[in-house]
Formats: sequence, structure tokens, C-alpha cells
Amino acid sequence: MPAVSMTVNGKAVTADVDPRTLLVQFLREHLRLTGTHVGCDTSQCGACVVHLNGIAVKSCTTLALQADGGSVLTIEGLAAPDGPLHPMQEAFREHHGLQCGYCTPGMVMTAVDMVYRLGNELDEHTIRQELDGNLCRCTGYHNIVKAIAAGAKAMKGTSKAA
Amino acid sequence: MTTPGSATGIGAAVRRKEDFRFVTGKGQYTDDISRPGETRAMFVRSPHAHARIKRVDVKAAAAMPGVLAVLTGAELAADKIGNLICGWLIHSKDGSPMKMAPHPAIAASKACYVGDPVAVVVGETLSQARDAAEKVTVDYEVLPAVTDPGKAQSAAQIHEVAPKNTIYQWHLGDAKAADAAIKSAKHVTRLDIVNNRLVPNAMEPRVAIGEYDRGNDGFTLWNTTQNPHVARLVISAFVGMAPEHKLRVIAPDVGGGFGSKIFIYPEEVVCLWASKKVGRPVKWTCDRSEAFLADAHGRDHVTHAEMAFGDDGKIVGLKVKTIANLGAYMSTFSSSIPTYLYATLLSGQYDIPTIYCEVDAVYTNTVPVDAYRGAGRPEATFVVERLVEVGARELGIDPGDLRKRNFIKSFPHQTPVIMTYDAGDYQASLKKALELGDVKGFGKRKRESARAGKLRGIGYSTYIEACGIAPSQAVGSLGAGVGLWESAEVRVNPTGSVEVLTGCHSHGQGHETTFAQLVSERLGVPIDTVSIVHGDTDKVQFGMGTYGSRSGAVGMSAIVKALDKVEAKAKKVAAFMLEAAEGDIEFKDGKFTVAGTDKSAAWGEVTLNAYVAHKFTGAQLEPGLKEGAFYDPTNFTFPAGCHICEVEVDPDTGRTEIVGWTAVDDFGTVVNPMIVEGQVHGGVAQGVGQALLEGAVYDTDGQLVSGSFMDYSMPKAENFPMLKVGTTMTRCPGNPLGIKGCGEAGAIAAPAAVINAITDAIGTEDLAMPATAQAVWAAVRKAAKMQRAAE
Repeated sequence: MPAVSMTVNGKAVTADVDPRTLLVQFLREHLRLTGTHVGCDTSQCGACVVHLNGIAVKSCTTLALQADGGSVLTIEGLAAPDGPLHPMQEAFREHHGLQCGYCTPGMVMTAVDMVYRLGNELDEHTIRQELDGNLCRCTGYHNIVKAIAAGAKAMKGTSKAA
Repeated sequence: MTTPGSATGIGAAVRRKEDFRFVTGKGQYTDDISRPGETRAMFVRSPHAHARIKRVDVKAAAAMPGVLAVLTGAELAADKIGNLICGWLIHSKDGSPMKMAPHPAIAASKACYVGDPVAVVVGETLSQARDAAEKVTVDYEVLPAVTDPGKAQSAAQIHEVAPKNTIYQWHLGDAKAADAAIKSAKHVTRLDIVNNRLVPNAMEPRVAIGEYDRGNDGFTLWNTTQNPHVARLVISAFVGMAPEHKLRVIAPDVGGGFGSKIFIYPEEVVCLWASKKVGRPVKWTCDRSEAFLADAHGRDHVTHAEMAFGDDGKIVGLKVKTIANLGAYMSTFSSSIPTYLYATLLSGQYDIPTIYCEVDAVYTNTVPVDAYRGAGRPEATFVVERLVEVGARELGIDPGDLRKRNFIKSFPHQTPVIMTYDAGDYQASLKKALELGDVKGFGKRKRESARAGKLRGIGYSTYIEACGIAPSQAVGSLGAGVGLWESAEVRVNPTGSVEVLTGCHSHGQGHETTFAQLVSERLGVPIDTVSIVHGDTDKVQFGMGTYGSRSGAVGMSAIVKALDKVEAKAKKVAAFMLEAAEGDIEFKDGKFTVAGTDKSAAWGEVTLNAYVAHKFTGAQLEPGLKEGAFYDPTNFTFPAGCHICEVEVDPDTGRTEIVGWTAVDDFGTVVNPMIVEGQVHGGVAQGVGQALLEGAVYDTDGQLVSGSFMDYSMPKAENFPMLKVGTTMTRCPGNPLGIKGCGEAGAIAAPAAVINAITDAIGTEDLAMPATAQAVWAAVRKAAKMQRAAE
């Protein structure tokens, strides 16, 4: 089995994996980082979104080997372990942008990426278009849109996480 | 005593206690659990909709690396694992009981739908189990299949017990009176309606982990279920896996349910059984594509309905004939959905003197069909609200006005279809919705749309639902196999913190917050000192789970009862502490006071004294502070309201955009307005999904064509505008908090509002759900063609 090495939430990890291991399997099963979820098998739902080298990717459609040598940020690494929530996490909580919570990690990681790419002033139309790859069955998106707009503003002055 | 208006009490928009773990990725869903020595299960499923199973050859699969067992239906039967059952007995109009066909967890002799499990492979890893599953060879003799409920009764018979594939032919109401009303009516509106088949698609796919403990001869099942106790009861009493006290069911964080996780499914039974066979925990995680074939679907009705109108647009009668598709086997509550959760709501918000409804439930070679958000009530609302809207158009009466003329105005109101509506004010919700939705300005907006080449339409849906199901004795008399009360246990700790054990289950509803709000208000304690425990049969003694918008109306009522007992006991303790008569103790804002004095004791002092027991003898009072209660409702609750949808249709492409949504609902007492609004948003989204986007499509061979998120159109953020949500309030007289329930309203109200709006825009009623761009485009073209022909 080939070896794979990467940085996950700032920590170096190395493991021998079956070559077909998906990044999401590596995170969930090898590293026990179960905050990243799997909601589909066709790359539509976005519950599995993580950042790879600073860019949002669907970890269900990425092989662990493709992340070799890279830096991965998951929902568990978005805020410092004992510090306050990341502004986007706080915005989801404040605006009731989640119900069952299953899509939430992917939503938050997508939203943070959206801010990195498009800035802190996101209008409703942009947010709705940008959520094309993230499905939620609970909220009707209403409060997710509100949360992302507020979270984007609150992220002003924050630096890009690892 | 209560302190209304407290910052964390009833009515406050408290931020959710559960959210920290969810936004940080620390939720514990079933798939996040990994048991020591865990193995993985992969099901082999029938690729045919209807086929005799002639031989299952597992030799090659069993020889694959990492394979621990390959198990078949024959072995399941040999081990005397019982069939899955439907728990609600419906009788046909001729008095005969419904025809429930045997439903083994793994098919042994015949596969009845694409996806029916025919074998299971247990492997060391998922990849090994998956590889081996491909090596299982099954010889099938393919049989003719039927998927269309309208054709089921003349198709090849699926189950021996059910000639003409008919499960029951049920009816409700007075046929003669309805016929007479239609015959003598001034006008009759007739509609043929297909209520499209839906796939619930909670974002978390189902997962089951079965673990057999040989030392104690007991099982544990971790499962994505909305009702762990009923799962335990059925798997114990009917499937016969183990006695109830030897089976523990744990439902940890569950990622959405919408009904689809109420039911007892084959996979959880198989994981338990297989764990004993292989002597290790067995975990099954459903893929999304597999979920399309394995999770119960919803709706799927074919209906003909006639509404009779008398003078001044008064509804004088309603007659409905429905064929309901229950799929290949009868799922857990399937029989009740198109009967007592459907026909009983056909009176809508209207005073209708006579109603008759006939329902034929049929088997087809499709995935079993059962409750999905709203369950029967969206289907009923769609029938009634389409008839009223079309009737108004045919009669040339404003649809809001026609509704007003027919609204029930005094309560209690006995409908001709069992229900006794206890309270409501339908005029108020319509009036408020008309204002909030600026219906007055619609004409101007329509002209503006027309200038841009768009057709603008408006549609109403004044829906009613029955929730909080219901008095146990009443549902028992209608065929329910269970009682539908709820339980609660309030455990007060010596330091005054409180644990509430509830038989309800939260899978997105926010019970950890709303239930704690109730306790915080009643006991005057900080909300952070209250925790809600649910979803474990070893912790909670018994409960009926969460579905049918019942957790507030029924579950919280049980907590109220238990809190009453806690308060009474605490007063006794306080009386000993304060050396006063028990009757003189007053309790307010977390403080016990001797009436008319300044002598008092704080909550924490009393709770500590309850446990140290220094102020009273055992003969005078039992130590401790823990009380339980079972609450059985006195009636259904009847949430109702008015939703108004505004659409813009592009006649050249058929694309429909929802440009405005107004929802005004009467849910009775609202515990947390933030959470209630969220429930409305989500419900509306699912209803809009049904109306515009979603549809499970089978081809004539029984293959599910819409079998993944690439083919089944799920609502996305871009499909919605911001929603305007308001409430009106009539208190529910049937429970102590006055709660009616809010979980399903949006999904019930929305489809009719959308279709009423589109048909208003395009000027033809001939439009089926889902109203995709193609369907709307075709309807526009057809209407134009007919108009040209008429000219």
C-alpha cells in the first residue's frame, strides 16, 4: 500500500493507504475526523467540503493520494481548539443556519471559501448561486443565506487559515 | 409558577444549545461511531423489479479476501428471524382486513422491487465487502412488473395474499349524500390529480451498527432512527431478534428524518442478526444511490375529485377517489397514510356538509411508500386547495373571497370525516397573509412582469393539518397498533441542575433548546443547567419518537406533567426546611417562599435538601427529586394557515421562478420563534421541491430512473426568494401549553400554492407536478393551441 503524507489542521500525518482511499475516508476513518460528512456519491451535496491548499474541494471526489504533500483544513481545524468560534461558525449559530447539522460543516467550509474568493460583501444572489454545490434538506437555505452574508462581514480582517 | 417572557423561557428566540457541536464538527452521527472489531456490511440487491430467485451462489464471494460471511434469505428464515410488519390495521369497506404480504429482511424466493435485498456480505473492510458482493451470483427468473398505481390492479399479481395487487379498498364518509350533493349542485369542479412520488433524502444517509454481546446474550443497535423505542419493540416482538430487555437501541445525532427514519428497515435487522453470526459488530452505511432504492418513498397518489358548489359559491359536497401506491411491501405505518392521515383532512378549513372518500391501496414493484413530511395531509391539502382555486376561477369568484365564504367560523367544529377541529381563526391568517404578501399590489407587479415578457401568477393555499397524533384510544379504534402518548422523566440533581429524559427524538428540531426553555421557565433555572436526554432505550424507559409534529404538543406536555410533580415534591421539601405548612409554600422564579413572610429558600437549597434529607424523616417524605409522567393527548391538534406564492413564468422556456412567498401560520403557542420560522422555511422548501422539481420516476420495467442526485432534482438555494413568515395565534385547548405543532405545515401548504400560482400565470389547469420548465412550457403551448382551435 502506498504511503501518503499531508498536513491536516496544522498537524503532519502519514499513513499507508489502499490507493482507492478517498480523502474523506482518510479523514474520517484513518484520522477519526468525523466532522466532514458524506451525503451523496455523485459529488452534488457538498457535505464533504474541506479546504485543500486553501481551496474548497469535495473530499468525496478527491483521492487521499491526490492530497499527498498538501495541506488540508477541515471543520475541526477552522477555529483554534480552545478559542472562540470562527466568525462563519458563529454566524451559522446566530442566524439559525442549521437544523440537523449534517450539511453544516460542508456549508461552513464552502462559505469561508466563498469569502476568500469573493470578499466580505456577499449579496443574496451571489450566495445562492455559489451554494449550487451544497444541499440542505432542513433549512430551505433561508437562514444559511443570512448566516453567510453576516459571517462574510464578520470575517473582515481575519487571515486565511492554514 | 411561570414567568412568561423570561429571556430563556417560552416564546424567546433562544439560540440553540446543540449548535456548538454541529458547527465545530463534533456532532456524533451514527456513521461517526466506530465499534472495536467492527466489520462492514454490503447488501446485494435485486436489479430486477419482479423476479423469482432461483439460486443464490455465494461460493465465489465467500472465498474473497476479508470476507467473514455471505448470508442469504434462506439462512435468515432458517434462523427464524421474523418478517417486518405494518403496524396499522386498516379494514376494507367489506370488512376484510388489509392484505399484508410477508416482508422478509432478505428476500428468499422472490424479489419484488429493484433494490430488494437478496444477500448480504460481511467483510473486514467496506472495500472488501463491496468487492465480494459483486461476486455473488443470483439466478433470476424475471417476471412482469408494474410501477404505476393506476395500472396495478390489472397487472401481474405480486403477492399471493393480494389478488389484483389490492391491499385494501377503504372508504370514509357518506357516499349517497355526496352523490346527491353533486347531482343537485349549481356547479361541480372536477380534477384528475397525480400526487407525485418523492424521495425524502435526509442529508444523512441511513446507518445501522448491530453488536451482539455474547456475555450478556444481548444486542445493541446504533441506528439513524426517529423512534428508537418503537424500533426496539418491533425488532423484539415481531422480528424476534431478542427480548426487549436484551436489545438496546441508540439513536445518536440523526441528520434529518422527514418521516423516512420512522420505519423499521431490513438493514438494521440484518446487521443485528449478522453480528451474532460473525461474533463481531456489523456496520452498514447507506450510499446515496443505495438510499434511493432502500429508503421508503412518499406520496404517489392518483386521484379523481369532484367538489360541488351551491349558491354564492358555497361548497355543498366533496367526493374523492384515490389509488395509493404502497410499493412492494407494506412499510411500518404505510397503511395509515392514505387513509386516516389523508381522508380525515379533506374538509380543509371549510364547512362542507358532506364528504365521501374511497381509497384503494395497491402493491407495485417499487420501493415501499410510507410517511414523508406531512404524510397524507399534503395530498389532502393539494386535492382541496386545487379544487377550491379552480372552482373559484370557474365560478368567476376571487379565490380569497371564495375561501372566506366557506371558512369554518365557530369551534369546536365536527367535520363529516371524523375530525373535531378544536380552535382556529382562518379569516385572521388569510387576512394577515394578504397584507404581508401585499396582494393589493399584485396587479401592478403583474403588469411589470408582462412588460418584461413574463407571466406572473399568484396562488393561495389555506391548509389545515392534524398533528400531535393523537389520543391513544382514538387511534387504537382506527387500527393503530401502538398508543401515541409520550413520556418524560425529570431528574433534578442535588446541585439543582436538571436532566429531562424524553421519548421524543430530535433530528434537527432543536429539542435540546426548546424543551430546556420550558424547564428554565417553569423552574426558574438558567437554561444552561438543563440538559435533554433522548435517543437511548437504556436511558429513556419508553417513548414514541418524533414524527407528525408531535414533540411540542405531546412530548412537551409530558414534561409539563412531570414538572408539576417535581414542583409539588419540591414544595414539600421546602415546607420542612422553612418549617411551614406545605400549602403556604409559593414557588416563583426559582424561589420557594412562605406566603406572606420573607422566609424563603432558593431552588438549589431545596434540591440539595431533597437529597441530603436532613430536614425530614423517611416516614415523612421520600428523599430525592425525580418524577416521571406519561401524557396522552385529548385530541389531535389542528395547525392551519395561509400560504401565498407568487411566480414569474417565462413563456418561451417554461422556467418558473418563485418571486414571492408569504406564510402565515397558526401554530398555537410558539416556544421558540426562531426555530419555528426555520421549520416553516424547511417545510416550504420541501413543498416547493415537490411542486417544481422532485419526482421519483420509474420506467416500465421498474428501474428507478431518478436514482441519484444527478437525476433527482433536489431544491437548491437558487430556487427560493427570501420567505416572508408570520404567525397568528389561537391557543390549542387540548394541551397544557397550547401548542399545535409546526414541523410539517410548509410541506403541506406549499405544493397547492405553487401550482395555483403557475396555473394562474399560464391560464390553464392542465399541469402536473413537478412543474418543470419542460412541463410548464408544454402546458403553455397546449393551452395556446387549444385557444387557437377554439377561435
